[in-house]
Amino acid sequence: MSIENTTDVDLVSVTIDGIQVSVPKDTLVIRAAEQVGVQIPRFCDHPLLAPVGACRQCLVDVPDAGNGRGFPKPQASCTLPVAEGMVVSTQVTSPVADKAQQGIMEFLLINHPLDCPVCDKGGECPLQNQAMSNGRGESRFSADSTTAGLKRTFPKPINLSPQILLDRERCIVCQRCTRFTSEIAGDPFIEMVERGAQQQVGIAEDAPFLSYFAGNTIQICPVGALTSEDYRFRSRPFDLVSSPSVTEHDASGSAIRVDHRRGKVVRRLAGNDPEVNEEWITDKDRFAFHYAQQPDRLTYPQVRDEDGALRPASWPEAFAVAARGLHAAGASAVLMGGRHTAEDAYAYSKLARVGLGTNDIDFRARPHSAEEADFLASHVVLTGPEGGSVTYTDLERATTVVLVGFEPEDEAGVVFLRLRKASRSGTRVLAIAPFSTRGLRKMNGTLLPTVPGGEPAALESLLGHADHGLDASSVLLLGERLATVPGALSAAAALAAKSGARLAWLPRRAGDRGAVEAGCLPNLLPGGRPIADASARVDAATTWGVDALPETAGRDGDGIVAALLAGEVGGLVVSGVDPDDTADPAATRAAIEKAAFVVALELRETDVTRSADVVFPVAPATDKAGTFVNWEGRPRPFEAILSNPASLPDLRILAGIAEELHAIGAGAPLGFRTVAEARAEMADMGPWDGQRLAAPSVTATKATTTEGLVLSTWKQLIDGGTMQHGDKYLAATARPTVACVSQTVFDAVGPTVTVTGDRGSVTLPAVAVDDIVDGVVWLPANSLGRGVLADVASPGSRVTVKGGTS
Amino acid sequence: MADTLTPVLTDSWGSERSWTLAAYEAQGGYGALKKALAMPQDDIIAAVKDSGLRGRGGAGFPTGMKWSFIPQDNPKPKYLVVNADESEPGTCKDIPLMMATPHTLVEGVIISSFAIRAHTAFIYIRGEVLHVIRRVQAAVAEAYAAGHLGKDIHGSGYDLDVVVHAGAGAYICGEETALLEGLEGRRGQPRLRPPFPAVAGLYASPTVINNVESIASVPSIIEHGATWFASMGTEKSKGYGIFSLSGHITRPGQYEAPLGITLRELIDLAGGIRAGHELKFWTPGGSSTPLLTAEHLDVPLDFEGVGAAGSMLGTRALQIFDETTCVVRAVLRWTEFYKHESCGKCTPCREGTWWLVQTLAALERGQGSEADLELLLDQCDNILGRSFCALADGAVSPIASSIKYFRDDYLAHLTHGGCPVDPAAATVFATQGATA
Repeated sequence: MSIENTTDVDLVSVTIDGIQVSVPKDTLVIRAAEQVGVQIPRFCDHPLLAPVGACRQCLVDVPDAGNGRGFPKPQASCTLPVAEGMVVSTQVTSPVADKAQQGIMEFLLINHPLDCPVCDKGGECPLQNQAMSNGRGESRFSADSTTAGLKRTFPKPINLSPQILLDRERCIVCQRCTRFTSEIAGDPFIEMVERGAQQQVGIAEDAPFLSYFAGNTIQICPVGALTSEDYRFRSRPFDLVSSPSVTEHDASGSAIRVDHRRGKVVRRLAGNDPEVNEEWITDKDRFAFHYAQQPDRLTYPQVRDEDGALRPASWPEAFAVAARGLHAAGASAVLMGGRHTAEDAYAYSKLARVGLGTNDIDFRARPHSAEEADFLASHVVLTGPEGGSVTYTDLERATTVVLVGFEPEDEAGVVFLRLRKASRSGTRVLAIAPFSTRGLRKMNGTLLPTVPGGEPAALESLLGHADHGLDASSVLLLGERLATVPGALSAAAALAAKSGARLAWLPRRAGDRGAVEAGCLPNLLPGGRPIADASARVDAATTWGVDALPETAGRDGDGIVAALLAGEVGGLVVSGVDPDDTADPAATRAAIEKAAFVVALELRETDVTRSADVVFPVAPATDKAGTFVNWEGRPRPFEAILSNPASLPDLRILAGIAEELHAIGAGAPLGFRTVAEARAEMADMGPWDGQRLAAPSVTATKATTTEGLVLSTWKQLIDGGTMQHGDKYLAATARPTVACVSQTVFDAVGPTVTVTGDRGSVTLPAVAVDDIVDGVVWLPANSLGRGVLADVASPGSRVTVKGGTS
Repeated sequence: MADTLTPVLTDSWGSERSWTLAAYEAQGGYGALKKALAMPQDDIIAAVKDSGLRGRGGAGFPTGMKWSFIPQDNPKPKYLVVNADESEPGTCKDIPLMMATPHTLVEGVIISSFAIRAHTAFIYIRGEVLHVIRRVQAAVAEAYAAGHLGKDIHGSGYDLDVVVHAGAGAYICGEETALLEGLEGRRGQPRLRPPFPAVAGLYASPTVINNVESIASVPSIIEHGATWFASMGTEKSKGYGIFSLSGHITRPGQYEAPLGITLRELIDLAGGIRAGHELKFWTPGGSSTPLLTAEHLDVPLDFEGVGAAGSMLGTRALQIFDETTCVVRAVLRWTEFYKHESCGKCTPCREGTWWLVQTLAALERGQGSEADLELLLDQCDNILGRSFCALADGAVSPIASSIKYFRDDYLAHLTHGGCPVDPAAATVFATQGATA
């Protein structure tokens, strides 16, 4: 499992500018030079893209190619691999190389517009910077020269997509963007067109640059040719403060860079983490950040007044009102969503146990099951890269990766990129899914056609399968959607045990995995301590300095909703939960209405805050330190970027409530008020080293009816999610909202269909998908109305499809 | 004089309906094929090696050696690709050959493919010459019908399919890797090497790419033997070649002669320079090769001789210009061609050709100073050998060489305030005796 054993690599010894250096075989000269501290100027070269040798900026002199003979002309160091004994003279020592580089720079600049003062890239522009370091100070083609000609110009800018703009005259046609889209993203919607000085990046008339990863091209563009509608002309780079952070949009743990000015985020860029996201992020990670700047952002605590309306309150008052209300409401429960940092999740977990005296806590604000909770306890919690969990790098090494209940491009875009990279070097991707998605085709994947609900059988069939047999070099990637299929996670665990294949669980939200570790489940305490295990309870109670912890397993999310409706639970602490995401949106709404006392912690005003009794404004990820644990189990800590006194981290609010509860004789205080204190306590508590819970063994259920079609659904990367509010250009790059049906169904009822389930119906355009399993209709889960769960039916249930009128 | 010519490829160009299979076979055509099919394949490669045949597309790489680079242990299919994208200004040899005797090429393709164990061969013809494409297509169809192509050719057990592919009209596609890109359906831009086409060429498989004339020479080598072929030409440039003479000469056309013949001899064969005029400058191998002047009339036209004179044999496209020609004007026209044909992939060619045209145009208008000549030469120096492929090297060749030999002509533009030469005097319709 160890990362590359570098001693196995053949080393080659080369001399660069008189300095001898040993580098791995096949290293390109441009990178070998970096090892001796020489930066050769470059534009088309990018370490994660295949060499192209287009810009010619990196020319060096090679007096000895390693065979005693030199190259007569300067060579492009970005395409030249080292050879034993090679001698290279860069611009530092070779007048020939220096002149060659200055000559190329002059050519790059003579047709380049002098609009640096208004160009977004100005100040962080590789062309600008390298023109200074490796170009001539004065132009030989100045306007008053008799040989001054006309610069080639283009109308500017043009839209490649609703988000991406192209200034063609700034473009130096290095092909980084087109190579990224074809090599990395697999979305070759942009390509070089025309020739000579008219060569430019272009799109086909009917195919705009709609890629989930389009924003990366802006970041790797070495000039200001590509800009986003979102950021264009918004600021100068030298006015921005850059802070490293981690994406809050999915479970990838992608490193990001947040650029902000005067307390406001202006743009986000990909961070560089070779182990995780390399240098790429999704467009959601990049462009979706205005949600925290929306006018409905909560900026002060509120309590429900005697007249029934919410009124502003001071923090101490709100803490006291919340504590008294929860205490008076009797049994209380916690529903806390999957968006929290690990530290905040730990605070929810501890509040439930020591403040409210209950195990009724669940982070799964989505369809879930007891089987899933057992699976998380037996196979997921406490696994991490150090303990041999599946990592991004492992995906590249795997011979086979099986995707089950998981559509990587939509649900974890950076995982998709790594899987695509793996597939291009030989990893076989199999998908247990109802049809081949565009993402699967881009991974050259094989569909194992499966009706929703048929996943357990499909998994079982893989054992010893003639074509798709698995072994220890295989990986199963299990999406959170498998919770909706009884027996699927049990079957996956059994398959892994029998075949030796490794498995990993892919949640959608950034805080899901951290919440598992923090024990935000009815069956687990923090650090993977099973509630059913008395010694684990004692261990936790000792750390927390309390006499005892509640012994019985708690209710899960659905159980809490049912108990609230039944009046068995009166108090509710709710945070980051959208009822429309839950298994039964109507029931969740009713339960929140019915609850005797509701304390809501939210970023923005929602239906939940409107019906709560106390509302606390919580800090967004930019305003607090924290840790997201990604799908690998890798902790991804980040620091606070902005300072905004209008809101507090969840854990500070929960600490305030717990202290007030303690003051009225209920429970114990949390014992921490800051992220640092919480981290210290979590480290002190450590992981459980005792027995894990056994794997679930739920048997699959047989379909009881065959009427209608089975509903398949998942959330697309860019959809109606509340964390994409305010990003209209991003929203315009979403994939079209369509129902996917078979050709037969399309011919019978298309092109517009009405899909009706037990909760209602939606009408939308349909497309025929050639390999969709008979009897299945797919809908995007959150692209229309309040979403499929609220408006149509549960995933996997039966729906009818009729011709609709739009 | 007639002894100087060695008509082999051009021998039957004048015969009745020379392009038909019947005419070709009446002259003994496809005899070499039958002979070759009975030979061990390595012997064919050895014969071509021994003949000393060097690539007729301009670079002069030994053809037999190129064939021997094909890794025969590679399990992928092997391909022969014939570069018939003749586009070099002044070059006019492959197109007349394919028009007159396409079967010479087809027979060469079959023998060559057999030698390198290719079962599919492609003839990539530039798209503008539709009449030639049709003629080669017809010849291939005739060859199929006669059993020279297809399955189990003449009972040898050898299968070969030939595809005639029409290019889309880009000069860059004469560059072999750009040609492969075009053949695969992509944009015609040169590929990064290595891997070389011999290892990973068409469809990432071992591929030999040869010029039309090289392949068409193969049947004669098989027919008459390597020694016969090697007996012609010079020590390192063996055999015969087609010399295309154009411009200010009495009888422009294709003259097939042993390599090493001189321009003086060729001009004599062509009836001399246009009456009443004298040679000013000429290109030995198309516009991409540095200009030569009257002082080079006795340079042997082989790879070494022309190289020693500071130019390149190239495609033996001899463009003859007499003293009525303005060298600045001629060079500007060529430069405009290269600007138009630059594929845009790499910086020095894309931006350089754009600006060379502007600089030259200003000089032709008489604008600028002598210092601008130095700027122009420095631009050429910054382009030559810095670009991705040889297109840009070709683009700067006429500029640098013309300044070398005719600096005074450039300066005359500056002092005259424009071109001092009457452009009409250089035309074919110029009045007899018109003077510069």
